[in-house]
Amino acid sequence: MSLWSRHKIFETNSIILIIGVLFVIAIGGLVEIVPLFYLKSTIEKVDGVRPYTPLELAGRNIYVREGCYNCHSQMVRPLRDEVERYGHYSLAAESMYDRPFQWGSKRTGPDLARVGNKYSDDWHRDHLNDPRAVVPGSIMPSYPWLEAKELDARGVADDMKVQAILGAPYSPEMIARAETDVRIQSNADDPNVADLTKRYPNAQARNFDNNPRKVTEADALIAYLQMLGTQVDFKLYDNKANVR
Amino acid sequence: MAHENHEQVDALTGIATTGHSWDDIQELNNPLPRWWLWSFYATIVWAVVYCVFYPAWPLVSSYTKGMFGWQSREAIVQDLDTLKAQRAGMTAQLAQNSLEHIRQNPDLFAFARAQGKASFGDNCAPCHGAGGGGAKGYPNLNDDDWLWGGSLDEVEQTVRFGARSTSDNGHQGSMPAFGRDGMLHREEISHVADFVRSLSGLPTETSAHLAEGGKVFADNCAGCHGDKGQGNKELGAPNLSDKIWLFGSSKSVIMEGLTNGRGGVMPAWHGRLDDTTIKALTLYVHSLSGNQHP
Amino acid sequence: MAHTIAPSKGMTFGELGSTLAFAALAFLSVIIAAKAHTPEYAFHAYLFAAASAAATFTIINRYYDRPAALPPLTINGKPNYNMGPVKIATIASVVWGIAGFTIGLLIALQLAFPALNLDTAWLSFGRMRPLHTSAVIFAFGGNVLIASSFYVVQRTCRARMVGDIAPWFVVLGYNFFIVIAGTGYLLGITQGKEYAEPEWYADLWLTVVWVAYFLVFLGTVIRRKEPHIYVANWFYLAFILTIAVLHLGNNASIPVSIFSPKSYIVWAGVQDAMVQWWYGHNAVGFFLTAGFLAIMYYFIPKRAERPVYSYRLSIIHFWALIFMYIWAGPHHLHYTALPDWAQTLGMVFSVMLWMPSWGGMINGLMTLSGAWDKLRTDPVLRLMVVSVAFYGMATFEGPLMSVKAVNSLSHYTDWTIGHVHSGALGWVGYVSFGAIYCLVPWLWNKKELYSLKAVSWHFWISTLGIVLYITSMWVAGILQGLMWRAYTSLGFLEYSFIETVEAMHPFYIIRALGGALFVAGSLIMAWNVWKTIVSAEAVEEEPSVRLKSVLMAAE
Ligand code: HEC
Ligand code: HEC
Ligand code: HEC
Ligand code: HEM
Ligand code: HEM
Ligand SMILES: [Ca+2]
Ligand SMILES: [Ca+2]
Ligand SMILES: [Cu+2]
Repeated sequence: MSLWSRHKIFETNSIILIIGVLFVIAIGGLVEIVPLFYLKSTIEKVDGVRPYTPLELAGRNIYVREGCYNCHSQMVRPLRDEVERYGHYSLAAESMYDRPFQWGSKRTGPDLARVGNKYSDDWHRDHLNDPRAVVPGSIMPSYPWLEAKELDARGVADDMKVQAILGAPYSPEMIARAETDVRIQSNADDPNVADLTKRYPNAQARNFDNNPRKVTEADALIAYLQMLGTQVDFKLYDNKANVR
Repeated sequence: MAHENHEQVDALTGIATTGHSWDDIQELNNPLPRWWLWSFYATIVWAVVYCVFYPAWPLVSSYTKGMFGWQSREAIVQDLDTLKAQRAGMTAQLAQNSLEHIRQNPDLFAFARAQGKASFGDNCAPCHGAGGGGAKGYPNLNDDDWLWGGSLDEVEQTVRFGARSTSDNGHQGSMPAFGRDGMLHREEISHVADFVRSLSGLPTETSAHLAEGGKVFADNCAGCHGDKGQGNKELGAPNLSDKIWLFGSSKSVIMEGLTNGRGGVMPAWHGRLDDTTIKALTLYVHSLSGNQHP
Repeated sequence: MAHTIAPSKGMTFGELGSTLAFAALAFLSVIIAAKAHTPEYAFHAYLFAAASAAATFTIINRYYDRPAALPPLTINGKPNYNMGPVKIATIASVVWGIAGFTIGLLIALQLAFPALNLDTAWLSFGRMRPLHTSAVIFAFGGNVLIASSFYVVQRTCRARMVGDIAPWFVVLGYNFFIVIAGTGYLLGITQGKEYAEPEWYADLWLTVVWVAYFLVFLGTVIRRKEPHIYVANWFYLAFILTIAVLHLGNNASIPVSIFSPKSYIVWAGVQDAMVQWWYGHNAVGFFLTAGFLAIMYYFIPKRAERPVYSYRLSIIHFWALIFMYIWAGPHHLHYTALPDWAQTLGMVFSVMLWMPSWGGMINGLMTLSGAWDKLRTDPVLRLMVVSVAFYGMATFEGPLMSVKAVNSLSHYTDWTIGHVHSGALGWVGYVSFGAIYCLVPWLWNKKELYSLKAVSWHFWISTLGIVLYITSMWVAGILQGLMWRAYTSLGFLEYSFIETVEAMHPFYIIRALGGALFVAGSLIMAWNVWKTIVSAEAVEEEPSVRLKSVLMAAE
């Protein structure tokens, strides 16, 4: 009886009620979120994960802009059917430079975490242009404007600057060369490709949309798709060393 | 009961109210339903027990690992091992035996085809079509016409390393961009396109300059496609004298190819798919065409 | 928000302050528009400029038109309620509701017939889907919450709402946020985080609006004439406060430039995922649950004219609910790269959340004890009671889906979509419709709705729609999940992905049909609301006696 009457203090004093609410809702969030920043086991120790090249970053922003995450996950779960269908389960390390993360919550289309190098650039271009032309049963929208629209690469350096502030290892040199790097990476014959891969190991430089005349949004998006899931060499990955 | 006014009672149910009224709304002072409370306790007990068994609470430099020492990433390794064990007998035989040997052994062959079919749907069908029927630029795998050779070993080579892929072992060499790179004039391209069509007996315009086309062909194309356009599997240069077309037979499509070049990319599956899967795919694809050469 | 009531006419602090603030914002927006990096952003800046200029002008105009003294807090000892903003938010909720449901129908049809993407950027699924979720949750749901909370807090505190400009600012500012967010998605401006898609400048604007909302609400509670705070107001307060915390945490980002719409979230990868679903799950818990429970706690007892079932249950389920909800976020990340320990916590707290959720359901349903017969005669009450039943269903299904073994099947599939819409259409939709049907006659001083029969039609048509929607999605989702993991007898995956896509086609058509019925129902509601406002019979008595007669007429 007396216990119930104690509640009166919350019912008669709005400030105490607010403090009570704030206290109660703070606990769960703090316990679940804060340790993810200090527990070493949260992000695996692996080699190969590098920040996005300027072209890939631009492509990623197009991926976000078009809302591909509404249909595609980028997270292979450690379940046998997924590992068999898509490849090695995803590591936390693989999305460590992802702002925002794009793990998704609905698989209307297949997972894309390991789509890199699975198909050819041409296939991606055709598929983005008109998915039903290559996969008759597809329900994915067509994105014909990507191939037509020239990539606006002027902002990429600014994008990288912000990411550098937030911790991505972009050097001032990388930022300064952002716009040139976009051009280098979208042309396999560019003499500076070797230079680019020094800055961004394993970056693939090609004319992704097969249109040598301009660097389009399709170039950027396909460059992004083609690198997804290719950074970690799973032949070298040691699960035991990364117990979580 | 907790409140000032104990007298107030709801007329309809006879249950006490708390004595408050907000815009004519009152509250009954019913106790917590027992079944509700006990169910609540039950979920709490279950939660505590679960946390004892499984990883749960973050600590300062680690977290509670749980009595089972269970981890999702250990579990998947075991799960895959079980799966592989289930297939082990057959898979080991796939790995050990040559493609030809497998093809001769009905049980093993059926197993390989089943595995190949399962893998084909998610990896190959997006390009080669659900039944391997192909599409523009993506060869039909059901016919008996092969760009890179149709023997088991040749097919395996193609599947494993691809063509013009990122793999260094893949088939290389592609059709030059005669127009774009200024090797041929537009007129020459038009002539040779007509000539190519004539090779497989397709009708050509009456005004076509077949003779000139033939000359251009001999000078520029025969090196890869052969004197009579019969193709060259070493180079992946298609046979131009059959009626099978990878990109299409219309004059405009042929001219487009001559202008900008051709070079379809078949990805390398080595590295993404394991060896037995690649073998199984080879056998499956090979069997699609019903072709007889080994 | 304090205003000085000067003896002679003068601008209040609020009037002066907001005039200056809006003028400054208009000026800033014009500069930003001129230097914007993209035309889309310039368009938004111009919208800001136009809206702020209009606001400045309106406030000044309003000042010149109004009498010297501000409206009194009471008239003849009775509270002088401020219902203007409530009316606007109520109408906005109806309009946004129809828009949001119609877009839902469009995306449902796009999944069945992809040609409906029309090969345009604006209308393509990836942009329309966030438009749908934001339109139904934030535009429709948000306006219902603002309207009902401003109504309920005044009446249960017997006090006029605090502030003169502020309540208007909350309602209009919030709807302006919706316009910015929605047009942004169409133009491709998005942060790419589910349910938090608006970019940094929209987020900032919403923060200001939300602080004003909190202050108006809290100020009114403080001004109350009742000794105790009613349970509905506990829930409203928890909702407003927690959403503020979640919004700030999940949208923490650095803009690329003040002249660019783009920003980068400060969290990355796995931490971003955790923060996102801490937010996302509690957007469900506090926006779609706590807020709407508040609605339930006022409108059901009011309409049924029965006391709330159990005060003690209110206390326990309130605190347990808000405490446990916060922990449940990781159930959206089962089997992902989030560490196992966090997944366990998400799962066990979700299961423990079951009873606190059902506490609300019990309190809502049992409030009808002694008045069950009213369900037959009053379709408005029926809507609300069925909504509570759907709430019970969704909050049973949710804990079930949080169990990792179940989630490994349901995650990523249409089962989740079925679950979402049993909560969204059944619970959020129906309790909102109930509240709107109650509010409209009360606000516009009408005896009763124009047509109770039309409410009945609305109820039955949309119930059929919901049944089609959620049953088709359950079947589709479970089928999809089973097909993904199906193995042949030899131990190989049985179906390719595209075969599972093709298998969904019939269910997507049934779902779209259900959606069409739901839209049809909401159109009936809009018509009824409109007719009630323009032509229903007005109440003759003075407002305070009004409610009784309204309820009598319902029988
Ligand atoms: C309406 C849902 C939807 C949207 C939006 C969507 N996709 Fe898809 N996507 C699908 C479906 C369904 C498939 C499977 C059928 C196919 O291959 O087309 C697919 C397949 C793919 C594939 C092939 C994956 C594989 O492994 O076979 C890629 C790559 C892809 N989409 C990329 C994208 C990109 C990039 C975007 C955004 C620009 C996007 N998708 C937007 C539904 C969608
Ligand atoms: C990105 C699209 C793509 C995918 C995916 C793909 N292929 Fe191919 N494949 C091609 C192209 C293009 C060629 C033709 C290369 C050329 O033009 O020389 C080809 C050629 C082949 C050939 C040689 C055909 C011949 O006539 O010699 C075989 C065999 C083959 N693919 C099998 C497969 C198998 C098996 C898979 C799946 C593991 C697969 N392909 C996946 C695009 C693809
Ligand atoms: C360096 C070798 C090379 C030379 C020289 C060459 N081709 Fe080709 N050609 C190829 C290859 C390789 C392909 C197949 C490309 C592919 O599979 O994507 C091809 C494809 C074609 C096709 C498309 C066949 C189809 O089935 O759609 C035509 C037509 C063609 N070549 C005509 C010519 C003509 C005419 C010339 C001379 C003007 C020529 N080629 C010179 C290598 C060559
Ligand atoms: C006419 C009524 C409606 C229709 C036809 C409809 C249709 C849809 C469709 C087709 C999707 C996308 C599903 C997918 O990607 O596979 C969706 C998602 C969603 N809808 Fe609705 N919807 C309707 C009403 C509502 C209402 C009233 C609400 C909320 C109050 C709502 C909330 C949501 C949410 C939250 C999602 C995202 C679910 C997720 O990401 O898991 N919808 N809706
Ligand atoms: C006890 C209460 C509840 C629990 C434990 C719960 C649990 C869950 C779970 C496990 C998922 C699936 C996550 C995934 O696999 O991706 C989910 C999704 C969802 N639920 Fe609930 N749920 C509850 C109540 C509700 C209610 C009442 C609503 C009201 C509308 C709701 C709305 C949603 C939405 C919108 C999603 C989709 C999120 C997304 O992926 O985009 N839930 N919920
Ligand atoms: Ca989702
Ligand atoms: Ca945001
Ligand atoms: Cu949730």
